[in-house]
Amino acid sequence: MSLSRADVERIAHLARLQIDDESIPDYARNLSNILELVEQMSAVDTSQVTPMAHPLDTVQRLREDVVTEDNQREHFQQHAPSVENGLYLVPKVIE
Amino acid sequence: MEWETVIGLEIHAQLQTRSKIFSGAATAYGAAPNTQACAVDLGLPGVLPVLNKEAVRMAAKFGLAIGATVAHRSIFARKNYFYPDLPKGYQISQYELPIVAGGKVQIELEDGTHKTIGVTRAHLEEDAGKSLHEDFHGMTGIDLNRAGTPLLEIVSEPDMRSAQEAVAYMKKIHSLVRYLEICDGNMQEGSFRCDANVSVRPKGQREFGTRAELKNINSFRFVEKAINIEVERQIDILESGGKVVQETRLYDADNNQTRAMRSKEEAMDYRYFPDPDLLPVALDDAFLNTVRASLPELPDAKRRRFIETFAVSEYDAGILTSSRELADYFERTLDAGGSAKLAANWIITELSGALNRAGLELGASPVTPQQLGGMIKRIDDNTISGKIAKQVFEAMWGGAGDADEIIENQGLRQVTDSGAIEVLIDEIIAANPQQVEQYRAGKEKVFGFFVGQVMKASKGKANPQQLNDLLRKKLQ
Amino acid sequence: MQNKTLAELATGLHAKQFTSVELTQMYLDRIARFDKEINSYVTVTPEKALAQAAAADTLLRSGRGGPLTGIPIAHKDIFCTDGIRTSCGSRMLDNFIAPYDASVVTRCYQANMVVLGKTNMDEFAMGSSNETSYYGPVKNPWDLAAVPGGSSGGSAAAVAAGLAPVATGTDTGGSIRQPAALCGITGLKPTYGLVSRYGMIAFASSLDQAGPMARSARDCAMLLQVMAGFDARDSTSLERLVPDYQATLDRDIRGLKIGVPVEFFEQGLDAGVEQVIRDALKAFEARGAVLVDIRLPNSKLSVPTYYVVAPAECSSNLSRFDGVRFGYRCQEPADLLDLYRRSRGEGFGAEVKRRIMIGTYALSAGYYDAYYLKAQQLRQLISEDFVHAFKQVDVIMGPTSPTVAFNLGERTEDPVTMYLSDIYTIAVNLAGLPGMSVPAGFVAGRPVGLQLIGNYFQEARLLNVAHQYQQMTGWHQQVPPAFAR
Repeated sequence: MSLSRADVERIAHLARLQIDDESIPDYARNLSNILELVEQMSAVDTSQVTPMAHPLDTVQRLREDVVTEDNQREHFQQHAPSVENGLYLVPKVIE
Repeated sequence: MEWETVIGLEIHAQLQTRSKIFSGAATAYGAAPNTQACAVDLGLPGVLPVLNKEAVRMAAKFGLAIGATVAHRSIFARKNYFYPDLPKGYQISQYELPIVAGGKVQIELEDGTHKTIGVTRAHLEEDAGKSLHEDFHGMTGIDLNRAGTPLLEIVSEPDMRSAQEAVAYMKKIHSLVRYLEICDGNMQEGSFRCDANVSVRPKGQREFGTRAELKNINSFRFVEKAINIEVERQIDILESGGKVVQETRLYDADNNQTRAMRSKEEAMDYRYFPDPDLLPVALDDAFLNTVRASLPELPDAKRRRFIETFAVSEYDAGILTSSRELADYFERTLDAGGSAKLAANWIITELSGALNRAGLELGASPVTPQQLGGMIKRIDDNTISGKIAKQVFEAMWGGAGDADEIIENQGLRQVTDSGAIEVLIDEIIAANPQQVEQYRAGKEKVFGFFVGQVMKASKGKANPQQLNDLLRKKLQ
Repeated sequence: MQNKTLAELATGLHAKQFTSVELTQMYLDRIARFDKEINSYVTVTPEKALAQAAAADTLLRSGRGGPLTGIPIAHKDIFCTDGIRTSCGSRMLDNFIAPYDASVVTRCYQANMVVLGKTNMDEFAMGSSNETSYYGPVKNPWDLAAVPGGSSGGSAAAVAAGLAPVATGTDTGGSIRQPAALCGITGLKPTYGLVSRYGMIAFASSLDQAGPMARSARDCAMLLQVMAGFDARDSTSLERLVPDYQATLDRDIRGLKIGVPVEFFEQGLDAGVEQVIRDALKAFEARGAVLVDIRLPNSKLSVPTYYVVAPAECSSNLSRFDGVRFGYRCQEPADLLDLYRRSRGEGFGAEVKRRIMIGTYALSAGYYDAYYLKAQQLRQLISEDFVHAFKQVDVIMGPTSPTVAFNLGERTEDPVTMYLSDIYTIAVNLAGLPGMSVPAGFVAGRPVGLQLIGNYFQEARLLNVAHQYQQMTGWHQQVPPAFAR
């Protein structure tokens, strides 16, 4: 699998990553090499294999419905990039 | 060409748990911004989700109530997209293997017939925060108090064929989740929201047309209006030879139109995959049996029982069971021992009317079911007439006490002593010789005049039936 | 002093031969003196450390100290520490002061251990050489031209150089074992679910596991005793009894069946490393253990499988770094999209971006089945290989890494070559098994690690076997000459 410049741009956009124009060829090459490594997977027939999502063969523990957390807004927002009146600020969102 | 509308609804019901679905933060509405957003809700580095048992129980309750399969094993997945009100950059939801699959509900159409609407699935997920667009120097403010509130997303089959059907279905689900006490149904606060998938196709065609998804329609009235205006838009496009584009649209209630959402312009690639921070949710039969045993009587069953046990009309039963509070109010009214038919009439007309005028919810009614039942019993045993009852009701509404007290204090007891009524009749006949003449000459209408006069003279307290009988005799 | 084991230090503290403040000051002095050479710490916390040491001394004086009271420790900078910067080796978190403690950190505090600081690491634990750190590479104390391994390279180098008696690390594909091997120390990656992941910044959630890095198996046992155990804040934490890891260290290993996977000795293994490992196996044989050749036929696909699973999970885990609530935010974003793209583009380094992109690609529409689903199926096969193997043997042994420490810069140009450094460690993470690396010798003056792999929850067994090896050999007592002073 060889990734084109357009592929790299599409993936970078999906992942919200700014990639400098001049480094796109490097990314294309490196990512293509990694995908080539990854494609060794196709050597094995896995059509009958159950996918394994998790190393633990156990089930989800359920928490009792109890409020355990109190307000720590000031603590959490102490190092936030941009806050006003307790709200996190971002450039205007247009719906 | 004749067009057919096809509608499927995705309803988001906030589950009324105390704490969030994956954290121990409170879910109460209306707190100061970000004061109910804990480290997990904020998606701080390193935090992990732990599933709230009550949310699972509520979802199972819903599944059992609509005759669906509640999965013995369900999986949480991540839905990945970037949005400022989505702190982790993914929403924990369910994709393959949702907790509830394959149920159905019955709706009643305006012509009185019934229709079954399929529920494809219902899955658990976390709500997002809120973006506040008031001007912060051209910025948007993010409040994450709502982030992590448990949601049950209820996805219908595309079984509805008109906006009216969609509204009937939405009302049905709304009533059901409140019956089950899993959602408060408050649409103003966003506890119960709806997206509609709308398409049109030429009547008789099997394939669906291209659909548009209408986002976040937050009232029954807007659902109907939004769907109708969207259907009109799509038919206009098709009839002028155009093509409907599959897209997400927002209903603008002020201008009664829908418009494409800018934030959804690009095709979304959500990259769903099983959430590695959460393990499969396993529900055994013992758990499901406990949930089943906790199910209340559901609206359809209650309605049948009301018709069969209390002989109320199908229409009245439908109204009385439209919410659990109303049905409970009705049954508690009957505890006083009065007639069910009268109770139904009084609740549906007088009480509901008074509540509407006062802008009150049933729970805030100044007249308790015990009081209303007490009054109805007095109508039944002829202590008061229906007309006087309205006076009693108003007094109860104003806080004057129980019906019996009011009847006693205000001397409203019906006059059933024939002697007393006869005296009044004789006085009126004597005072109106001309009208007596007219009546005897065959002018039947004048009879009403006499009834009115005698009733007035009795201050409304004469027993109407007795009055009629005696008056006829005297006028002969 | 800096060469003492934890048990010796604990004895000294309890016997009041020295105080925790003296011990802590000694390590702080060594850090000040030596760390500019190896760059193993990102943050040093002298004031906090001395205050904690003083508090520990009070406990010790009153006879209320526990086994690790007053012992200094360094935490990998992936664990959130309330009030102390937690950078995860990234520009993204260069200004991030965590508002809470990771469960592992809390447990160490509860044991009255003293925090010396936070150790350097590959950015977001993505790397095998510690060269992807925003704070510059860590250097190998045995040879300053060599890498220490990664991603827990700072922890490994600090322990090897005597700049901390013990440290925490995390292991997603070998990040405890490989740097332990390359720096000549002992490291253990526990069974997935034994140690809480709460507060440990996630790289790949289904693979990440924290563990101890120390100078000996016994030291690892002592720290693991503190780290292990159920945590209600982590859904993947297991509710099971934690055994006394020191109690079984001295068990005889006669008759122990050691599985030797044929696949771990095939092409790619450095001849010198192979010799060291064969010698170690012989030592076990001499002690009465039995070597059994086994096969792990699917292990050769563990690297490709891992490079789908780990990037897929990381692409999602790292989405929360968006410049909105914490961490790096770009200057003057033009709009929301610009805020996201530049904050992330500028905040993350190249390797992190590569992995996010690979993961994004593997999960995207049309590729999910071919990549992610396929990798999950292979993960199943790789795990089943181990299940079969553990029906025949008690532990599995082989090299931790195919080579000794390579030179700085040697593999940075080609990510794939770098990825192959973890060829023997990755399968263990995919299966969720416990694994260890213990020092077993040298090739050209650089340490070689012997890898021990156990069945699920067999940490006590692994520690026992490793401890027995360390009773027969002295490799773990070797100290890099430049830091012996």
